[in-house]
Amino acid sequence: MNAYLGVDIGSISTKGVVIDEDNNILASDYIWTKGNPIDAVKRLIDNLKVQVDKDRVKIVGIGTTGSARKLIGTMLDATVIKNEITAHAIGTLSLYPDVRTIFEIGGQDSKIILIEDGIVTDYAMNTLCAAGTGAFLSSQAERLGVAVEDFGKIALSSKKPTKIAARCTVFAESDLVHKAQMGYKKEDIIAGLCNSVVSNYLNNVGKGKKIHTPIIFQGGVSKNVGVKKAFEDEVKSEVIVDENGHLMGALGVAILSKNATRRTNFDFSITDDNFETKGVECNGCSNHCEIICVSKNHQMIDSWGNRCSKGDLIDKQNKSHL
Amino acid sequence: MDKEKIISFPHLGDYYIPIKFLLTHLTDHKVVESPPITKRTIELGTKHSPDFVCVPFKYNLGNFIETLENGANVLIQAGGGCRYGYYPEVQEKILKDLGYDFELLTLGENGKISLKHIYKTFKKLNPQIGIFKPCYFGILTILMIRFMDNIDQIIRKNIGFETEKGSFVKLKKEMLEKFANCKGFISLTKLYHKYKKEFMTLPINKPKNCLKVGIIGELYTSMEPFSSYFLESELASMNIEIKRFTNVSYLLYEKRLKEKKLLKYIKKYCKYTLGADGMDNVYRAKYLIDSGFDGLIHIKPFGCTPEIGAIPIIRKVCEEGKMPIIYFSFDSQTSEVGIKTRLEAFYDMLKIKKGR
Repeated sequence: MNAYLGVDIGSISTKGVVIDEDNNILASDYIWTKGNPIDAVKRLIDNLKVQVDKDRVKIVGIGTTGSARKLIGTMLDATVIKNEITAHAIGTLSLYPDVRTIFEIGGQDSKIILIEDGIVTDYAMNTLCAAGTGAFLSSQAERLGVAVEDFGKIALSSKKPTKIAARCTVFAESDLVHKAQMGYKKEDIIAGLCNSVVSNYLNNVGKGKKIHTPIIFQGGVSKNVGVKKAFEDEVKSEVIVDENGHLMGALGVAILSKNATRRTNFDFSITDDNFETKGVECNGCSNHCEIICVSKNHQMIDSWGNRCSKGDLIDKQNKSHL
Repeated sequence: MDKEKIISFPHLGDYYIPIKFLLTHLTDHKVVESPPITKRTIELGTKHSPDFVCVPFKYNLGNFIETLENGANVLIQAGGGCRYGYYPEVQEKILKDLGYDFELLTLGENGKISLKHIYKTFKKLNPQIGIFKPCYFGILTILMIRFMDNIDQIIRKNIGFETEKGSFVKLKKEMLEKFANCKGFISLTKLYHKYKKEFMTLPINKPKNCLKVGIIGELYTSMEPFSSYFLESELASMNIEIKRFTNVSYLLYEKRLKEKKLLKYIKKYCKYTLGADGMDNVYRAKYLIDSGFDGLIHIKPFGCTPEIGAIPIIRKVCEEGKMPIIYFSFDSQTSEVGIKTRLEAFYDMLKIKKGR
């Protein structure tokens, strides 16, 4: 049976799925990236390996997405490397064909995708500001001494959420400290924080966009029921959180790999290979491009980061100015 | 005795060629353009600029520092209808505080470029300048810029579909070198027609229904490829036809001639001009929708006030015309990866939409 592997490698977590021709999920996994994408992918592939019947399933297409898509794409010899916006849209549409709006809040960025008649018509992505992302929420959970997994439940127990300044992480944080010192209840502060994440998101990422239902909320923060409820209160309609919401990017890129022109034959054996990355500075001109070289078993397989052909390393490995 | 004057000026795309041409012919001094913009340029510029100033200021300042390091001692800066009007004075002050010894000449007064002021400036550099020479070379330079801009329009239409990679860039480089050494009107016009023909006949593989994207927005980020992280080359590599309105010919004279016509075209949305190119960009958005383009990209430096004023109007125009549009704000700290990701998603969106 032909199968397809999709890997979504984000700043905080790494997600992988194996699907069959009919988009059924045969295997899936969700682990922490821990700042080391190469190692994370190795662990992910190992975990997926035990879930599939290797004699029956043959991986013929591989897709990668997420912020480390290029690196991991090179490593896995992917047939498709796609940006996370397209991947999320395709993945979500395969399960919810009539979705109109996708809210996505991840570890380091957040995005909104608007869909009409099954195609993306508009999107926005926030990569510059960390306010309201997963990283911000987990750092605040730590400050308040609660586990980030319990955040949502505690928020729901609040009867009177307090107001937290939403514009910017720095202001939100100082506001939160101030409120705590004033004697506000912990659950009210946590609920206020969930509300501030939502209003920040709608004001910054969703700025000027018309939000239609059905709405799907995904990304790591969607697991937080407090934020989900805050969204529902704010947009005054139901917000769907799929139990596989975290896998949508991986699913989308696996589906995309089905249509790729190239076929591969992947046998989960990558864990024994030695992958290394190295940064070199090109001295070909005064721009000093930083070039990333990826090597497999001490042999360079790809490089990128150069602005001009002077920094093309893959053809001429012994350039004098490097 | 005075020490030798070395004149220099900041970069703006390829326009250093006509600027250098004009300065060399009108003065007896040595003219050198600033060293090409690199990461170091913007790092230097950012280090010595106020944090919240728009990014062209930082690039210009970086250019000035690098050219002063190379021995220039007369700097030329223009000025315009927005914060650009403050550039010369503020940059002069910053550079003097840094201890550089130079003279800064402007092409305008109180934020307005005027022919009279430009003439005065040249008179300072060359007291025997007379009347004939500046007229002759002034018009010749304007014609050169016109020709360059015309050729650029042809390039933008076709470069995304070249069969031999780099053929357009190579031919353009050759043309600009010839332009820089042209002798007069006849030789320039001959060169233009020769190269125009060559550009039209360069082999391309262009499908009939290719994607067409318009670039609108602020002038510096539109014209200096480094400041937009080579947006146009990135689009060309995705096989997209590009349309861009802003060029020096437009800013020099077309803008003045067209203003009333443009306002009439968009009278539903704008009654007045918005400062700098704000109103022009509203017009361009409307025009591109009416001409059947597939998508728009609006670019500006972070904090560009005229464009911030124009964006809500452009948003409305695009909503009514069902035109996909993305907005980019550039600063010295902008993440290039973030831009690439969004651009890729934009391309996917347009392609899927067109496929339907």
